[in-house]
Amino acid sequence: MASLINQIGAVTALNVRSIPQRGWMSLASIVAVALTIAVLLFFLALSNGLRSTVEGSGSDDVALVIREGSNAELNSVVSRDQLSILATGPGVAQREGAPLVSGELLVIVDGVKRSTGTNANMPFRGIGSEGLALRRGVSITQGRMFTPGTNEIVVGAGLLREFSGFEFGQSIRIRGTEWQVVGVFEAPGTVFESELWADVAVTQSLFNRPNIYQTMRVKLTSAAAMDAYKSWADGDARLNDVEILSEREYYARQASQSTGQFTIIAWVLGVMMAIGALAGALNTMYSSVATRAAEIATLRIIGFSGLATFFGTMIEALILSALGGVLGILLAFVAFNGRTTSTLGAGFTQLVFKFELSPAIVVTAIIVAIVIGLFGGMFPGIRAARQRPQLELASQ
Amino acid sequence: MTDLIRLTDVEKSYTRGKEKIKIFDKLSMRIEQGDFVAMMGPSGSGKTTLLNLLGGTDKADKGTIEFDGKRIDNLSEGKLTAWRSTNVGFIFQFYNLMPILTAAQNVELPLLLTKLAPAKRRANVATALKIVGLEDRSKHRPREMSGGQQQRVAIARAIVSDPKLLLCDEPTGDLDRTTADEILSTLQVLNRDLGKTIIMVTHDAEAAKFAKRTLHLDKGHFNEQELAA
Repeated sequence: MASLINQIGAVTALNVRSIPQRGWMSLASIVAVALTIAVLLFFLALSNGLRSTVEGSGSDDVALVIREGSNAELNSVVSRDQLSILATGPGVAQREGAPLVSGELLVIVDGVKRSTGTNANMPFRGIGSEGLALRRGVSITQGRMFTPGTNEIVVGAGLLREFSGFEFGQSIRIRGTEWQVVGVFEAPGTVFESELWADVAVTQSLFNRPNIYQTMRVKLTSAAAMDAYKSWADGDARLNDVEILSEREYYARQASQSTGQFTIIAWVLGVMMAIGALAGALNTMYSSVATRAAEIATLRIIGFSGLATFFGTMIEALILSALGGVLGILLAFVAFNGRTTSTLGAGFTQLVFKFELSPAIVVTAIIVAIVIGLFGGMFPGIRAARQRPQLELASQ
Repeated sequence: MTDLIRLTDVEKSYTRGKEKIKIFDKLSMRIEQGDFVAMMGPSGSGKTTLLNLLGGTDKADKGTIEFDGKRIDNLSEGKLTAWRSTNVGFIFQFYNLMPILTAAQNVELPLLLTKLAPAKRRANVATALKIVGLEDRSKHRPREMSGGQQQRVAIARAIVSDPKLLLCDEPTGDLDRTTADEILSTLQVLNRDLGKTIIMVTHDAEAAKFAKRTLHLDKGHFNEQELAA
């Protein structure tokens, strides 16, 4: 066993130290793996960032009410009467004797994307007076909250980074009405940062949607109160056409719809590129075995085992592949990790989020690189191991 | 003297396409311990095939091959590899050194197959390099040495694990006359002073003169008179 380890070590050292003799081919192999890993990471980080933004937006103790069968807020309608009933349910949190609820209306307005200068749909949300209190982690970082009953809006910091025309202090014209941007709010890692908020009553009026709400948020005394609240609503015939979910459940559902496609793209593209990188690795390693045919034959004649030449070739392939993997990961960290981007969310509006590489994604990338190395080294390794230890081969 | 190698009725053929080429048909021969044999013959006469059979790098189709009284023709691939590493040293025409390794590292290669500790391996390498007169070149790489020096390193590699048999395939084929004679003198020393049995394939009649006897191989058969001598 010690002898075999010595042999593998010696053959591996020989192979690795002679890589510069096959420099360009080895470099091409490393770059192919690096690009594969970078592309895979691009989409996985995109998917992960989107998922964590959407999922991270929800609370367990906030009930979100939408119309039964609505996948998104835009398709939903909740009446004023239902709003009043829902505010009286069990476990609804109170502040100064009033229920912490917010009837909301979401409309779409135009914005201009900074990076491309093209128009995009912005979510403009009318919220009730308790709307801010219902959302955890939201803080006004510039200016102030809008005054109820006025044409004032506050804008999410994420939206402001990606889209122009909503800067603090600016007066903007939306659908024939002047609005004043009086504040900027931050809600890191949530979908809220991609929205514009205004008073719901003013929004209903100026967008010509009188008495219409699309969703309602209800703050409960605790997450444990959610089941009782849902059961109570199920038992009321006036609420038959609404669905109640915890805010976290709602956004988890949204996340699975939004991120599934990116994950599929990541793996389809990743696998296709991995096959290309594998072809490159195989080519490099077959070439390595061919150029070292005399060396391998010599070692075999001296008494080195076929297993040692097999593992030597495998380890060389794994090293090249691992280098490619590391390069790809570095590329991903430098090029896009943490960068802000936006995409069309479930409500046909732009959702701002960050590329987010997680440890699990990095481990996935490393595994993919190792798999490329294993397959890229296995068949050339078998060829090396099968090489006959004959003098004619050593003399070539 | 006792026989180190004994071949009895060895048959060997190769298939090339649909054609079967017979190399040896009932070849028998003996080589005594301590002998230095030059093997000559035209291309295709079977010299290299015979070296492969003697060195355990190829197998006979029929017949028996004994080394030091034990059959090696029926050993498995793995056992033959292990046998080869302890009993046979190989010297090649083009030296076959690993270009990225130093002289000492090249010489150490066969010792990596043993259980020797690193310190003992280094000591053995130093001894082998001293025998071939290259103790001051241990840290040089092949490209930093002349052809003759590279062949000396190859000889040191062949003897470092103290094998009984040295198989040399045209060891001076790539060297000028003076350097070739120096290499052959070294082989003579190994044969005379260290008792190594040497079988050397060569096309060079001058080189053959350094051996104790010469065998001519032609179409798979030795000259019977030389074999009997």
